[in-house]
Amino acid sequence: MSAVTVRLTVNGAPREGRCEPRKLLVDFLREDLALTGTHVGCEHGICGACTILIDGEAARSCIMLAVQADGAEIVTIEGLARDGKLHPLQEAFHEHHGLQCGFCTPGMLMTALDFLRVNPDPTEAEVREAISAVLCRCTGYQGIIKAVQAAAPALRARRDD
Amino acid sequence: MKPPRFEYHAPSTVEEVLELLARYGGDAKALAGGQSLMPLLNFRLTRPAAIVDLNRVPALSYITEIDGQVRFGAMTRQRAIEFSPVVRARLPLLAEATRWVGHLPIRTRGTIGGSIAHADPSAEYPAILTALDGEVVIRGPAGERVVKPAGFFQTYLTTSLGADELLTEVRLPATPPGAGWAFEEFARRHGDFAIVGIAALVVVEGQRCRLARLATAGAGPVPIRLRAAEAVLEGEGLADAAIEAAAQTARGLVEPDSDIHASADYRRHLIHVLTARALTRARARAWGQG
Repeated sequence: MSAVTVRLTVNGAPREGRCEPRKLLVDFLREDLALTGTHVGCEHGICGACTILIDGEAARSCIMLAVQADGAEIVTIEGLARDGKLHPLQEAFHEHHGLQCGFCTPGMLMTALDFLRVNPDPTEAEVREAISAVLCRCTGYQGIIKAVQAAAPALRARRDD
Repeated sequence: MKPPRFEYHAPSTVEEVLELLARYGGDAKALAGGQSLMPLLNFRLTRPAAIVDLNRVPALSYITEIDGQVRFGAMTRQRAIEFSPVVRARLPLLAEATRWVGHLPIRTRGTIGGSIAHADPSAEYPAILTALDGEVVIRGPAGERVVKPAGFFQTYLTTSLGADELLTEVRLPATPPGAGWAFEEFARRHGDFAIVGIAALVVVEGQRCRLARLATAGAGPVPIRLRAAEAVLEGEGLADAAIEAAAQTARGLVEPDSDIHASADYRRHLIHVLTARALTRARARAWGQG
């Protein structure tokens, strides 16, 4: 089938590309828009590495077609830092050793960001449940849990601004 | 690990969807939330000539309460259900079960109609539909039909939905006063498909159990309503001994298969344990202790 045009907003900027309708959103972001921060892991919606925000909500970009994101507002890992300054959630991951190899980190951050909006003051059990959406093979999750919990007050304060 | 080629259509009305499904004569797949179909496409386990994307049909997304039922447009996202005040107030069993559907990022896209039409017997929503004896509304060239779960689920991933038909609405009876409910599930990791899930609803009148509803996910090729176990509760009430008797009965009602995740015996054991657990929590809620 011939190519389709996909117009969407990514990290606040209007972007456009042409691709086959079967192209996965994650591949479109990486190959057509050169945003390689979003990682391709399992390619079947299990590992969570490719999680991004679509219209403000976390979703897997490996089980969504690029054409389905036409008109959508997307935030990827590249959209978190502002003016060279890390997002508070990124700071917390840095501070609490929430990453090792870094492969799952983009998906982990986008998942945690959505979760902390839905649940701004979570218990440890709730954090564990939330991050079970993303597989990490390095950290044993302990640092990630600490980082998400540590980021919660900072994100609450930010929202109060 | 990439989808095969297909024709892509994104119609904006149900009528257009039905025209497209008819045109491809069984060689098109309707794409709802995509949380099961997209992995199947990526693995190339399915190779439809066309994808009919339902995500641009606004008329398929709603939650309304009418005639003692809560009605869901087939494309209503699981996430919308999770945070819906109507669902929390009128279908708390569904609200509780929704937390077990994948993970929040899955529920962002996943839909109630897609989950039920996909008919994975380990999935939560087919078990809820079965427990509450709800209905699905199906539209096709011959018009509309309303189908009960027993007439819908046929076997693993197979329903009575015709290739030229679309599941458009899911109807669940609103929870009556005096009800208690619980959804229990066991999976190796949170967010995995259930090895066994149990949906329980009880309605009390004094010491009596006026109505009991029990269904299980993961215990066979379709979700199973545990009628004989319900009858134990409706006859004997909700004392510990009655709950234990109902759980024993439930275990005997199923003939699960063994697979890579669990043996048949282990599944029967889980049905016993989780039925007792679900009923104990449902009873506490019905008695106002939940």
